[in-house]
Amino acid sequence: MQPARRNALLATLPPFVWIALFLFLPYCLLFCYSFWSLSEFQQILHHPALANYAHLFSNPLYLTVILRSLRIAFSVVGLSLLIGYPLAFFLVFHAGRRRYLLYQAVIIPLWVSYLVRAYAWKVIFGNEGVFNTLLLWSHAASHPLSFLLYSPFAVIVTLTHIYVPFVVLPVVASLEKIPRELIESSSDLGARPGQTFLRVILPLSLPGVISGATFALLLSFGDFLAPLLLGGPSSVMIANIVANLFGADYNWPLGAAVAVVIMVMVVVILTVTQRLEKRWRTA
Amino acid sequence: MNPVRRPTMLIGLAAFSYAFLYFPIVILVLYSFNRDGVGGFPPRHLTFEWYRALFADASMWSAIGNSVIVALAAVVISILIGFPAAYALDRYSFPGKAAFRRFILLPLIVPGVITGISLLLLVVSAGIHLSLVTVALGHATALTAVATTEIFAGFSRLDRSYEEASADLGASGLQTLRRIILPLMRTSLLGTALLVFTLSMDEIAVTFFLIGRENTLPLEIWSRLRRGATPEMNAISTLIFVFSVVTIFISQRLITDRETDLSPTPEISGAAQ
Repeated sequence: MQPARRNALLATLPPFVWIALFLFLPYCLLFCYSFWSLSEFQQILHHPALANYAHLFSNPLYLTVILRSLRIAFSVVGLSLLIGYPLAFFLVFHAGRRRYLLYQAVIIPLWVSYLVRAYAWKVIFGNEGVFNTLLLWSHAASHPLSFLLYSPFAVIVTLTHIYVPFVVLPVVASLEKIPRELIESSSDLGARPGQTFLRVILPLSLPGVISGATFALLLSFGDFLAPLLLGGPSSVMIANIVANLFGADYNWPLGAAVAVVIMVMVVVILTVTQRLEKRWRTA
Repeated sequence: MNPVRRPTMLIGLAAFSYAFLYFPIVILVLYSFNRDGVGGFPPRHLTFEWYRALFADASMWSAIGNSVIVALAAVVISILIGFPAAYALDRYSFPGKAAFRRFILLPLIVPGVITGISLLLLVVSAGIHLSLVTVALGHATALTAVATTEIFAGFSRLDRSYEEASADLGASGLQTLRRIILPLMRTSLLGTALLVFTLSMDEIAVTFFLIGRENTLPLEIWSRLRRGATPEMNAISTLIFVFSVVTIFISQRLITDRETDLSPTPEISGAAQ
């Protein structure tokens, strides 16, 4: 064998085996489990059937929870863009000499533990938390606002806090790629700043927006920790159902079926956004 | 020159964004020194009580020890797999390369709950008991994707002519790897190791399903948070924050030329296509 070919084989083999064993095989198992079922004695029956999926699609509870998860995830994406886009724009065009430092300041929260940040929002939104004590103290309210914590609102704010940096970074990257001459010539040709933004800058930054938004969408859609920590019964998300079925509610086959549904949705969302991105790049 | 002439509003928006990002962190640090714990505003009666309680907390320390062991294992495995994977993706074309890329990067965008339960099914089917070993396996699987993107970015900045010169001068593949590639990739590998270590120290979703009797730090914190808020949590959170910031500064010193590569996101869309 040629040395180059041998090296190629040596480099691809270990990761290939790893993928087969710890990614491909587990996903296959997940798929198989989703067709199995539980006996009366809580034992897993290895007879393939569509019962789990039939249950999923006939019980409106699952659809409600999936729609809620999507709603929460899209709210997170919307808020992250509202907070992140102006920040990215500022960093690229107006941050001046302190740019590097300000850029690092966006990354630092990314390195702060997820739990730590979720917990901080719990401290802020709780009945005896910062927000409510502040309201009572300033006589803006006579009772603590108890709807803040244990609601989809708290979950959305927490997840937004976590995913804003993930949106800012790709948007910064795509804003930086815009040739400055384009912006200058747009204003030389008489476009007002607003027009330049809408017709030149915004369209050219869309690949970064799409990439950051996809990341925030997929990961907040599949989150189960924020709802557990900050959400009440009204903010149970689809990943919570999986976690419960693999935990206290012990029904692995049904849990696997829900997981397969999540997986399919992830792949569909990813395919759609990649199409969008590609179309935007060629257009 | 500037696309917007009077950026006052923009500066205001950016300031709001920074405030949003840092508000919870500031609150957390403040309240870790508050005698009355997490209730009451403004915080008063400064105290180190919660830090003292924390340092006397044996189960917290054993959880930290467990997390460090798991994180080190995850770093070693994810680099051992991620390094050849990134090299292969950068240098070779082979049948199934697109699928190979897709699969190895999948854990980046697949929710942790899925990675966690599918590995749980594997471990249970193989008759393996849940322990720190299974947790390390889970972290390695999830974080190999991160290691691969990071090292891939390092390889794409590496000038190939060094390797070609080395081969032309008669060095074997292994010699080139040891004497040329590894030294040139040192900062990239160090940065990757730090990133994987930090992410592993913070991993919950995958750990949740693969944990045995011994807790990692985030799971120890998690189980206490579920029981209710205690000011001790503010203290440990503050320490974790300080530790993270120190780690970033060290890694920034080590990796001066990698300003924009800290997030895996910009590469995801390109890499997954």
